[in-house]
Amino acid sequence: MIPEIGHFSLILALLVSLVLGSFPIIGAARGNTVWMGLAKPLAGVQFVLIAFAFLCLVYAFAFMDYSVLYVANNSNSKLPLQFRIAAVWGGHEGSLLLWALILSIWTVAVSLFSKRIPDDMRARILGVMGLISVGFLLFMLMVSNPFERLIPAALDGRDLNPLLQDPGMIFHPPMLYMGYVGFSVAFAFSIAALLGGQLDAAWARWSRPWTILAWIFLTVGIMAGSNWAYYELGWGGWWFWDAVENASFMPWLVGTALIHSLAVTEKRGSFKAWTVLLAICAFSLSLLGTFLVRSGVLTSVHAFATDPRRGIFILAFLVVVIGGSLLLFAWRASTVGRGGKFDVVSRESFLLANNVLLAVAALSVLLGTLYPLFLDALNLGKISVGPPYFDAVFAPLMAPAIFLMGVGPIARWKEAALPELAKRLRWAFGISIATAVILPLMLGNFTPMIGLGLFLAFWVFATTAELVYQRLGKSDLPLMGRIKANSRSWWGMVIAHLGIAVFVLGVTIVKGFESEIAVKMLPGDVAHLAGYDFTFDGVVDRKGPNYEASHGQIHVTKNGVLRTILEPEKRLYTVTNMPMTEAGISPHLIHDLYASLGEPLDGGAWSVRIYHKPMVEWVWFGCLMMAFGGFLALADKRYRLKKRAPSKEITSKAVKSSKKAKA
Amino acid sequence: MALKARHKRFVLIGIGLALIGLAAMLILNAFQSNMVFFYTPTQVAKGEVPKNTGFRIGGLVEVGSLKRGDDGLTINFVVTDTSKTVPVIYKGVLPDLFKEGKGVVAQGKIGADGLFVASEVLAKHDENYMPPEAAAALKSAQEQSKTLVMPTK
Repeated sequence: MIPEIGHFSLILALLVSLVLGSFPIIGAARGNTVWMGLAKPLAGVQFVLIAFAFLCLVYAFAFMDYSVLYVANNSNSKLPLQFRIAAVWGGHEGSLLLWALILSIWTVAVSLFSKRIPDDMRARILGVMGLISVGFLLFMLMVSNPFERLIPAALDGRDLNPLLQDPGMIFHPPMLYMGYVGFSVAFAFSIAALLGGQLDAAWARWSRPWTILAWIFLTVGIMAGSNWAYYELGWGGWWFWDAVENASFMPWLVGTALIHSLAVTEKRGSFKAWTVLLAICAFSLSLLGTFLVRSGVLTSVHAFATDPRRGIFILAFLVVVIGGSLLLFAWRASTVGRGGKFDVVSRESFLLANNVLLAVAALSVLLGTLYPLFLDALNLGKISVGPPYFDAVFAPLMAPAIFLMGVGPIARWKEAALPELAKRLRWAFGISIATAVILPLMLGNFTPMIGLGLFLAFWVFATTAELVYQRLGKSDLPLMGRIKANSRSWWGMVIAHLGIAVFVLGVTIVKGFESEIAVKMLPGDVAHLAGYDFTFDGVVDRKGPNYEASHGQIHVTKNGVLRTILEPEKRLYTVTNMPMTEAGISPHLIHDLYASLGEPLDGGAWSVRIYHKPMVEWVWFGCLMMAFGGFLALADKRYRLKKRAPSKEITSKAVKSSKKAKA
Repeated sequence: MALKARHKRFVLIGIGLALIGLAAMLILNAFQSNMVFFYTPTQVAKGEVPKNTGFRIGGLVEVGSLKRGDDGLTINFVVTDTSKTVPVIYKGVLPDLFKEGKGVVAQGKIGADGLFVASEVLAKHDENYMPPEAAAALKSAQEQSKTLVMPTK
């Protein structure tokens, strides 16, 4: 009965979203306040209905209802409860439901925290989000119903893919989806601006916190996924440039461009059309990413042959959303108006250059991800484009972007002077060049890539230090007062940029100085790597809730002193008969020691892989710093003016306060 | 000496276009030189594969073909698409799901002796999942054997 109630609740949600997607938008066009006023309560009702349907599916998983096809395919009675619940989003249908749920959460959040937004703008924003919801609910109800019954019921489920049976599965997908779907808010703001023909500094100020919040979620989601791959796959890698990762990275690149472009739109009124275009692209790439990962098209482009309706629906949906919004953009972009003028050398043009570089980088990822699929779909042969392509493309695209990152925040808006910039940055430049040459020589390995990476990392450190020094050094206030004198969003930018530097430093060091060995080890054997001695103590059998494990132990010593004990595991998940590797990792600020079991060989020996990963944790720590910077920006006072004022007053205030806030 | 505003704008646009052109060249060039093509064992047998660059082969690991060196890490096996076979040598730890009789994809180069030296062996994700390339190799081999068998009937 419960699954039917959930199904029915989804149908009701579709009806509600149809009304939400039509009446408020029409009302906004006609000035009908009653129709516009429908948006807010409808957003709430839609959320309740979808959340209820979601809980019904959770219930079916938690209480092992194997008469539901989706549950039978993705769960098993031996699966622990937390993974049974995470299994709700372990497959295609359930992840669509999670998508729809998160969309309804964002919609209701916008409806609650939009008191300052004019009625017609809010009605349009919520209406557009309602339309997106219509698309997803229709898709689910027509071709991907998670509540479909299996008659007769299965005795037990086929189990969740063992690769997904990990705490990472509980956090990573919801985080990522919060990011993906969060860009729908920026998208809806942009479409609303195009429809209303109104795009001013106030608009940018309203949409900025939403975009930053989505970007934070996406950043943390990608970071969690990378970390998960690092310890779960047993290959010591943290980024593989595979299509699933690329699908999340493309919206991140465009989203990063978007939050910077929005900053210019808010402060200077420029880049309006570009901001709108980026918002459309960020959300389109999120949609594309969702479908790429969850439709099975990656494992085989012919996956749709089993259910061609799904493929057709997805293509149609993408065409309507992307094509429709781009058409609207082409038609209405001129109405949003041109921004303030700026000089060739100015903060605006540095930001514009960075935006273009990020967009081009996203395009290059898109090419590498989609082109092999196209060839395959057209039966023109099978190719793969692996990490070498992305490595070759990314270094030359990101290097100038990161270089400009050091210059941009120091340059003046509108018109900057090159000689003055050069004067302010000469110390930073000297320090970072010196570090880039001396540090690798001290560490005993100099390659151009290591030099470039270190130069960029220290360039960002040094220029940011220069920036902070200039801002804090000029005042007589006590230190805390000087810190508080700058806005939280400015500090957010500082922290996020330092996060990039930490990230680049981590990537450079781990890529340049990591080492690994693969050896056959009998109990008692010792392997040597990076000055450490790894002694294999052997393997004992252990039993997990739904797997059998060979639990290995390796103790690590340096000069005879015990440093750490690694406990890698090889598991066999009995339901699916699938082996899995659990790496044994000793994480550390300076370096990770990492071991994973390969295969059992004769006589109690195992093949073992051992890795030394210097500063790899900095990669993820850098991402967390970026996210934290985002949170600081969100906490900025100017987003929390509670009182609702007439929009004209806000606009004039915004101009004043923006002049005050940043030079 | 100062440029007029309009000229400045042209300079900006010009620089922008030049840089985008450069980036496009870079991307396409990198793409061209890093594409890895896929061949079936039948194509390898016919000699349709490149001599000096790497490529991928796929199919099933022939049952009974897996041999390990004394170091436990040098591995010989044979990839088959049920009509032709390719001997492969690989040094390293095999992925979790590598098994005789199951699908596999290997990337590497072929030597003059016809031995495929793999730098990477891929076999992933689940028990029933066949790497798409491996599935395609089997399918095309089956189709070819049909066309060969049909006329004789």
